[in-house]
Parts: sequence; C-alpha cells; structure tokens
Amino acid sequence: MNFAVLQFPASNCDQDALHVLKDVLGQSARFIWHKENSLAGIDAVIIPGGFSYGDYLRTGAIARFSPIMEAVRTFAANGGPVLGICNGFQILCEAGLLPGALIRNRSLQFRCEHVFIKTGNNDSPFTNKIPPGKILRVPIAHGEGCYFAEDATLENLKSNGQILWQYTDAKGELTGPANPNGSLWNIAGIGNEAGNVAGLMPHPERASEAILGSTDGRLIFESLIFWLENKMARAA
Amino acid sequence: MARTNQKKLARSAVFTQHHPVPRGVVRAVAMKARIIVTPKKAVLDPQGKSVQNALEHMGYQGIGAVHVGKYLEIELAGADRESWRKQIDEACHKILSNPVIEDYKFEIE
Repeated sequence: MNFAVLQFPASNCDQDALHVLKDVLGQSARFIWHKENSLAGIDAVIIPGGFSYGDYLRTGAIARFSPIMEAVRTFAANGGPVLGICNGFQILCEAGLLPGALIRNRSLQFRCEHVFIKTGNNDSPFTNKIPPGKILRVPIAHGEGCYFAEDATLENLKSNGQILWQYTDAKGELTGPANPNGSLWNIAGIGNEAGNVAGLMPHPERASEAILGSTDGRLIFESLIFWLENKMARAA
Repeated sequence: MARTNQKKLARSAVFTQHHPVPRGVVRAVAMKARIIVTPKKAVLDPQGKSVQNALEHMGYQGIGAVHVGKYLEIELAGADRESWRKQIDEACHKILSNPVIEDYKFEIE
C-alpha cells in the first residue's frame, strides 16, 4: 500500500510513523510536505504528531489551512482513509473532518506516559485487527488532549459506533484515574460518520516494536493495511 | 551625535528604498480590530479555575468564576468599517476562534 505521511513545520512524529510503515510493516510510504497539493497515487494518509506551527493560536488551527489539507479533504470525501495521531487528531478536528475539539488537559500538565485504551468498535478500517476485548497499552505525550464535544455530538458518536478508543485501567474499566487528560467519556480516539477518517491522542507508532515496550499500536496500522487490501480486492 | 544622526538617516533611507510597500501599508493604517476570544461556558476551563483558586488563596474577597481567553489586535488599512466588520467576523469564525469551544467578540475602532 502507498502511505503518505504529511509533514508540517514542527511535525515531529513523522519519522517514527514512516519507519513503522516501511521498516516494520513493509509498506510503501513517503513524506508529503504541507505545501504540496496532491495526494495522487496515495492509498492512505497519516497525519503525524508534533506541534505544527508551534501550536500557535490553537493546536492544529493554522495547519488546517495548509494547501495539502484541501487535498486531504477531497481524499476523505472520496472514501480514502485518513488517520490523525495526536497533533494529527487535533488538526482533523480543527479542519472539521472530525467532530469536537481537543482542549488543554484538565490537570494543565503535559502528560507523557503509557496508558490503556479499549476499542469501542472492532469493525472499522482502523480497528478490525484488534481482537474484541483486547486492552491496548500505548503511550501518550500531549498537553491538549482533553476531548470536548457537545452532549448531542457525544450521543451521535456513541450511537454511530464512532467512539473508537477510550482510556481505561489495565482491566478495561472506564475509570476517572485512567483518564489522563479529562476527556469527556474517557474518549481517546474517534472516527467520522463515514468511518474512513479517525484520530487518536495515543501514539501507535511508538508502540509497534518490542524494543519500545509494546507492539499493541501495530494492530491499528495492520487493521488499516488489511482494510485497504480488502478494498483493493473488491475493486479488482 | 551628528554622526549617529547621519547613520540613522542613512538607515532609514535604505529602509525606504528596500521596503517601500510595508512603509506605505503602515502609514495607511486607519483602524484596529480588537478581538476577545473566551472559552464557552459549557467548556471546562481549568486555567480559569486555577487562577480563581490563586486569587482566593491570595486573600481577595468575593472572587467568582474566572475565564482565561485571548486578546488579539489587528491593524486594518483603509476606512471601510462595514467591510472590515464582515471580514473580521468571518476570520473570527474561520480561524481566530474555534466555534466548538470558544466565543468571540470584537470591536473596530
């Protein structure tokens, strides 16, 4: 599969994402600079973590107006899968490609640690390889990861199966202490209504090799690859 | 002293020569937009809460809820106030605030 990893000024997880896709998972992947305006030949887009534009104004607020984001909007509208990780999730929310917003952690502290997340919907392009009930152990590193949306939006997310990941304790219970940033409903990641755009605050690319302490994040990329392979097989 | 003034003059001459457009724009500034962005009431404002606690701990009496927002000042060229009002309103909605979590108000003077 041909993956694009977008690069904005101050993206800083772009190398990690490309490394996992190419070296760990054997995919074809390349960087696309934010000033470009084409995603021709690309099967899936990864918007990596970092601090695009120094987080000025609001996280993701300026990056969403980069030229490449128009191409991402068209790509997503045509059903192409887009995964935003950390700052990528913030950019997708600012762009209106995902509902809600990510605001300052309730603790006001930058949180950098491993957390547990459970998957709310195992039938999505980003979760189909995650065994039902499996609790993933993945790292977070953010200061603005508190997910906020109005009640009606939250209810919609729930009824449409768009709540892909929630922070839990090691046993999979949705508890207050397991929530590292104050996100409503312990939300760690969501998808759009059509299902082809998703964002999450944890970093699966930093949990894809045993040497890094967890390989749980790989399941998310493997889900995407499996989904793309099926899509291509159907189209053939 | 005279030498310093000469230097200054020389610098400003160079500046004029190489930056004629910015100087023109700066001279044409007629108005300013003053924009205030605040978190919506329904949105958690841990910063505001933190400041409120600090003020209370300092002994200030009668402190109520505190909300921490942003203040932006934008210099505007030209004199068409109504046109700027529309454009600033649009910019506030599109980029300067996030309507999901923030309210804004502005004045042009």
